[in-house]
Amino acid sequence: MAQPFRTAEGGRIDRSRSLAFTFDGREMRGHPGDTLASALLANGNRLVGRSFKYHRPRGLLAAGGEEPNGLVRLRRGGRAEPNVRATLAELYDGLTAESQNRWPSLNFDLGAVTGLATPLFPAGFYYKTFMWPPAWWPAYEGVIRRMAGLGRAPAAADPDRYDHRHDHCDVLVVGGGPAGLAAAQWAARTGARVILADEGSEFGGSLLSGNESLDGKPAMAWAERILAELAAAGNVHLLPRTTVSGYYDHNYLGMLERVADHLAEPADNQPRQRLWKVRAGQVVLATGALERPLVFADNDRPGVMLASAAQSYVNRYGVRPGDRAVLVGNNDSAYPAALDLAAAGVRVAALVDLRPEAHLDWLARLDEQGIEVMAGRAVTGVEGRDGVRGVRIAKLSDDGKGIVGGVGREVECDLLCMSGGWTPSLHLFSQSGGKLLWDEGLASFRPGEAVQAVRVVGAAAGRFDLTACLAAGAEAGNAAANDSGHRRRGRGPRRPTAEEMPPPLAARPMFLIPGGRGKRFVDFQEDVTAADLQLAVREGYRSVEHVKRYTTAGMGTDQGRTTNVNALGVVAQELDVSVPEVGHTTFRPPFSPVTFGALAGRQVGELLDPLRRTPMHGWHQANGAVFEPVGQWLRPYYYPAPGEDMQAAVNREVKAARHSLAVMDATTLGKIDIQGPDAAEFLNRVYTNGWKALKVGSCRYGLMLGEEGMVMDDGVTARLGEGHFHMTTTTGNAASVLAWLENWSQTEWPELRVYCNSCTEHWAVVSISGPNARKLMAELCDDVDLSPEAFPFMTWRQGTVAGLPARIFRVSFTGELSYEINVPAGCGLNLWQTVLAAGEKYGITPFGTEAMHVLRAEVGFIIVGQETDGTVTPLDLGMDWIVSRKKDFLGKRSLSRSDTARDDRPQLVGLLTEDPNLRVPEGAQLIPGSDPRPPVASQGHVTSSYESPNLGRTFAMGLLQGGGERHGEVVHVAFDGRAAPATVTAPRFFDPEGSRARG
Amino acid sequence: MLLIDCPWCGPRDEVEFSCGGEAHIVRPPEPANLSDAEWGDYVFMRQNRKGVHYERWCHGHGCGRWFNVARDTVSHQVLAVYAMGEAPPEV
Amino acid sequence: MAERRIRHSPLAHLHLAARVVVDPGDAGARMSERPPRAQLAVRGDSGDKAFVAAFKAGLGFSPPLAANTVVTHDGLAVFWLGPSEWLLVGEVPGEQLAAALADRHHALVDVSDSRIAIGLSGPRARDVLAKLCPLDLAAPALAPGRCAGTILARGHMLLHVLAEDSYDIHVHRSFADYAWRMLEDAALEYGVAVIDGGG
Repeated sequence: MAQPFRTAEGGRIDRSRSLAFTFDGREMRGHPGDTLASALLANGNRLVGRSFKYHRPRGLLAAGGEEPNGLVRLRRGGRAEPNVRATLAELYDGLTAESQNRWPSLNFDLGAVTGLATPLFPAGFYYKTFMWPPAWWPAYEGVIRRMAGLGRAPAAADPDRYDHRHDHCDVLVVGGGPAGLAAAQWAARTGARVILADEGSEFGGSLLSGNESLDGKPAMAWAERILAELAAAGNVHLLPRTTVSGYYDHNYLGMLERVADHLAEPADNQPRQRLWKVRAGQVVLATGALERPLVFADNDRPGVMLASAAQSYVNRYGVRPGDRAVLVGNNDSAYPAALDLAAAGVRVAALVDLRPEAHLDWLARLDEQGIEVMAGRAVTGVEGRDGVRGVRIAKLSDDGKGIVGGVGREVECDLLCMSGGWTPSLHLFSQSGGKLLWDEGLASFRPGEAVQAVRVVGAAAGRFDLTACLAAGAEAGNAAANDSGHRRRGRGPRRPTAEEMPPPLAARPMFLIPGGRGKRFVDFQEDVTAADLQLAVREGYRSVEHVKRYTTAGMGTDQGRTTNVNALGVVAQELDVSVPEVGHTTFRPPFSPVTFGALAGRQVGELLDPLRRTPMHGWHQANGAVFEPVGQWLRPYYYPAPGEDMQAAVNREVKAARHSLAVMDATTLGKIDIQGPDAAEFLNRVYTNGWKALKVGSCRYGLMLGEEGMVMDDGVTARLGEGHFHMTTTTGNAASVLAWLENWSQTEWPELRVYCNSCTEHWAVVSISGPNARKLMAELCDDVDLSPEAFPFMTWRQGTVAGLPARIFRVSFTGELSYEINVPAGCGLNLWQTVLAAGEKYGITPFGTEAMHVLRAEVGFIIVGQETDGTVTPLDLGMDWIVSRKKDFLGKRSLSRSDTARDDRPQLVGLLTEDPNLRVPEGAQLIPGSDPRPPVASQGHVTSSYESPNLGRTFAMGLLQGGGERHGEVVHVAFDGRAAPATVTAPRFFDPEGSRARG
Repeated sequence: MLLIDCPWCGPRDEVEFSCGGEAHIVRPPEPANLSDAEWGDYVFMRQNRKGVHYERWCHGHGCGRWFNVARDTVSHQVLAVYAMGEAPPEV
Repeated sequence: MAERRIRHSPLAHLHLAARVVVDPGDAGARMSERPPRAQLAVRGDSGDKAFVAAFKAGLGFSPPLAANTVVTHDGLAVFWLGPSEWLLVGEVPGEQLAAALADRHHALVDVSDSRIAIGLSGPRARDVLAKLCPLDLAAPALAPGRCAGTILARGHMLLHVLAEDSYDIHVHRSFADYAWRMLEDAALEYGVAVIDGGG
C-alpha cells in the first residue's frame, strides 16, 4: 500500500518489512522503526485529535515525548490504554488506535461548536460560568465531562502483568543522547555500576534525528560504538524505553520501563511495564532540551509543527511531514531544519527569521538551495482549518510588539515549522530540589545550584554545541564515578570532535507574536491561549502558581513541556516585569504519565496485601467459614451451615457457647514474652493496674493507655515465673504494642532489665468455651488437676493436651467457663481437629468473630477499637476499678486533666431499644429528642449492636454524654431518618455476677 | 524516600523504619506534681521546626533499635545519626 | 498422655512436594521449602563482656557480634538480629545455654514454630529478590554468610545469603503463603522450578 509521504530513502526504519495498522478503522501500513505518529504522517494522515476544550482539529506538534496533541487510545478491550502519545507508540503489526475526544467522528465533530461559543470558555470558565445556581452544577458537570476531557479508561480488566523492581547503582545517567552516552562511557570505564536510561526505543537522543558528524563520520556511528562498549561491559545496565519520571529524596528515582508496549502482546509471564525504584549514588541528567512553539494566531492548525520535529520525521523516520514548507524561528535552529527538509524532497517556500538580520552563514547555505529567507518578519496567521493551506507573513516593528507595513503577504504551504528557542528539560533537576536560574540569552531556565548528588550536562544545561556537550558529558560521568568512589586506571576514551557549525547568532526572545485574529495557543493540550493568561492577570492573579491553576496552563498530561516558558513570558509581559520576577511553577513527579497498572505492580488481587493465615486456616476454608479481615489476618467471621444466613449461624454459635461447648481459633491474639528481673516493674508502668503482687501461675487483665490517657490496648497477661510474663494483645495491635514496649524500654527506661520478644507466631491458640469445657479438657489432658480449686479462673498451667505440650490459660472472653490452649503453631491444626473430634458428643460448635463479639458484649466486655476510638479513657468506660491510685503508669496524669475529668464526657452505657427486635446500626448517633431532622446535637453514638438469642432481644452499647449517671433515661438512636427510643442501662446484659466464667 | 543510616545495619530505605517524632523529650519524673499546662506541654507540644530537627527513629524491620537523627526538614538531608541518650550534636 | 507432635507446614496447602523436580532445567529461579528447624531467640547485652562469655560458653563457639552476620557451626546457625538479639536455628543447645546464662540478665524464648524458611536460588535469584526487597543485594553488606532483617514485598523477612545466587528467606509462619506466592509471582518471568529443600 502506498505511503505517499514516505521519502525515497533514508531514516532508521526497516523498509524491507511492512507493518499493518489501523487508525479510527482506516487501514494503513508502516515500517519497523516507525512510531504511530510517523506512520500516520507517512500515510498523509495529519489530523490526529480534537482539542480538550474547543474541539479544534489538531495535528502532531512534536516527534517525541513532549507531544501535546497526538493522544490516542491504543489497543482494544482490557488492554486498551487512553492518552497514549502517538509519538512514543512504536508501530507493531496489527496495532489499532483510535482518536479521542471527538463525537461522532474525528472529521466531523459536534463538540467543535464550542469553538463557535468561545466567549463562554474564558480562563477560569469552570469557576465562573457554571457555578450558579449550585443545584445545577451536577448537570453542568456532566455536560462538561462529556464535551471536554481526554480519553476514556477501559472497562474490562487488564490481562497483563506489571512489575516492580528495586535497583542500586553508583551512577545513574538519565538520557541517552550524546552527552548521556559520553557520561555513561566515562563512568563505566571506572568500574562503577552504571545505569543508562532513555525514554526512546533507541539510544542516541538528538543524534537520531539530526545529521551531524563526529570525527568526519556520521555521529550515530560513534553512538553505536559507545553502545556496543556499554552493552559488553559487565557493570552497565542499559534501559531503553525507560522514562525517569520522579526524582525523590536522597537520590531515589522512579523509572517506568515499557517492557512490552512495543509488542502486540507481552510474551508469557513477561510484564508489560516495569516500575524501577533506583537508589543512585550519583545522578547525571542528560535530559536534553525541548524546542518551544511560537505563539501566533492559529498556531495550532494541523501542519504546524516544531522545526526539530519536522527534522526528526525526515531524518529518523523517512517521512515528509508536508509537501511545501515554511519555517519560522527566532533562533538558528530553523536553518538546518530547512536544509534537511529540502534534502528530503520537501519544497521549502520560505524561512522567516524573527530577528532583524538573517544569519549570514546559514543564509548562504539556504541560498544554494534556493530557499528564500525573510528576516525581521513573523508568521501572523495560518490559513486552513483542518490543515495548513498557507501562512501570512508580516513585518515586525522594531520592538516586536506590533506589525508594520500592512497585513503582509500570504505564502502557500501545507507545513509550517516553528522554532521559538530551546527549553532545557529540567523537570527532574527541579524535582531533586535544584534551583533554576533564568538565562536571558537562552530565554529559558538553566540549572542552578544542585541540592542532591546530581549533575546536569548537555542541552539540559543549556549547551548546544555538540563537541562541548560530549566533553561535558565525559567530565560529568567521570566525576560522578569518582565521587562514588571509583577511579579509572589509565587514559580515558578519546573525545570526538564534531564538524564545525556556523557560530550562533543571538536569538530574539518573543513570547507573543503580534498580528492576526485567531487564537494564539500557549498550551495546546489544555487549550489555553495567550488571551486566557492575559485575562487571568487582568483579573488580578499575580502568582504564577495561581495563574496556572486558574487557566490550567501546564496542567495537562504533558506537564506543559512545550508550554511553561511561553506562559511565563506572556504573564511577565502582561505584568510588565521580567520572567525571573514571575518565577516558575513547581515541578512535581511524575514527569511523564505512569499507568495505574505499573504503580500497582504485582500488588493486585490476592497479592494486594499480605493475608495472614493461622495453622487452622485450611480447615476453616474447607468447613465453609466466611472470613473477615482483622488487621492483616483473615479470621473466620461465622460458619454458616447449609441454608443458614449470617444471623442464624451466629445465633447457633452463641447458643452453643452458652449451653454446651464452642471452640474458636484465637491464634491471632498478639503474644509477647517478657523476661527480666524488672519485668513486673515494667508492666506496672505500662498497665493501669498493679502487677507486682500477681502470683506465678496467675493471670490478670490489663489496660494500656497512651500518655494522653486514652485506651490503647487491653489483654490478659500471665506470670510464668518470677521475672517472666506472657502478655497477650488484641489481634490488630500486636505489632504496635511490641513497638510501644520497645520504645519505652529502649529510650526512656534503659535501666529496667527486661526483654520483650514477640511469640505471636510460635503459638496456635484453641479457645474452648461453654459449660462442658472442663469435661472436654479432662478427656484431652491428664497431667493437670482441672478442678476449680486446683485450676481456678484467671490462672494458667503447663500441661499436655491431646499429646501436645501446652500452656493452658483459664481466661474467658465469652463469660463462660473457658480454656485457651496454646500449642506450638505447627501442631495447631492437629489440636483443633482433636478438640473437634473429642467434643462431638457435646455438640462442639466452631464459632467466629461475630459470635465472639456477641458473647463478650452480653457480659459487657469492651473491644479496643470498637468501644474505643482513641478518645476514650478507662473512666469513660466505667473501668475505674482497673486504674491504680497507688502507682504511676503511662497516661495516668492525663486522667485528671480538666478535660478528661469532666462529668459530661461520652461514657459507656448499655442501650435497650423499645422495640426488642430492632437492631440499630453501629455508628448511629444518640440524640436527646425524638426528632432526627438536622440540625440536632449528637450526645454520642452506638459502638456495638447485636441480636442476642440468650436475651431474646437486641441490645447495644454506646458512648453517651454523662451516660454513667443516666441509667434508666430514654434516649433516641437516629438512623435512616428515624429516631428509635432506647433505654440507657448498665453495659452488662448477662450473668452480671460473672459466675459462669468462674465456675 | 529517605536513606537512613542505621547505626547498626548501615544505610537502609525509610520504609524499614518508623519515626518516633521529636527527640530529647524527657518524661517528667513526677507527673502528679505537674500542672495541667505543664503535663499538656510534655504530652502534646512539639517544635515542628523548619530546618534542623532532632528526631527519633526505630529500625523496626531490621535490628529493632531506636536511635536519634538530626534531619533538615527543608532539604531532608540527614545531618547526624546518634545514640539514644546522647546529647544532640552541633550540626 | 504421651507427647505426639504432628507438625503441619504453613505451605502444606500449596502441595509443593508434588511439584518438586530433580532437574530444574533452565528455570531462572529455584524455590524450595526448607524443613522445619528448632529456633531459639536469645536476648542479652552484647556490650556486657560477661554475658558474651557466657553466651559463648553455652554455644561452644563465639556468637556473631558484628551486625548482620551469621555464624554457622555443627548444624547450628546463629543469626545476629540486633545488638541484644540473636536467633538460633538448627541444633539448638537450649539447656546448655540456659545453664550458662543463668547468672546474667538474658532471655531465651523458644520460637521454633515462628518462622519457616524458603530457599531461593538460581541464576535469576537476585533479580527475583530485587523485585520485592529494597536492599542492595550486590553490596558487600550482603556477601555470602551475611543476613539482614528487611522487607519482602509488604511483609518482613530475615534474609540469609548462602551464596552469590542462593538465599534462605525466613518469614513468619502466618506470612509464609504470602511470601511464597509473591516470590513465585516475581520469578515467573524467569521460569520457576520447585526443588527439594533438603533434609
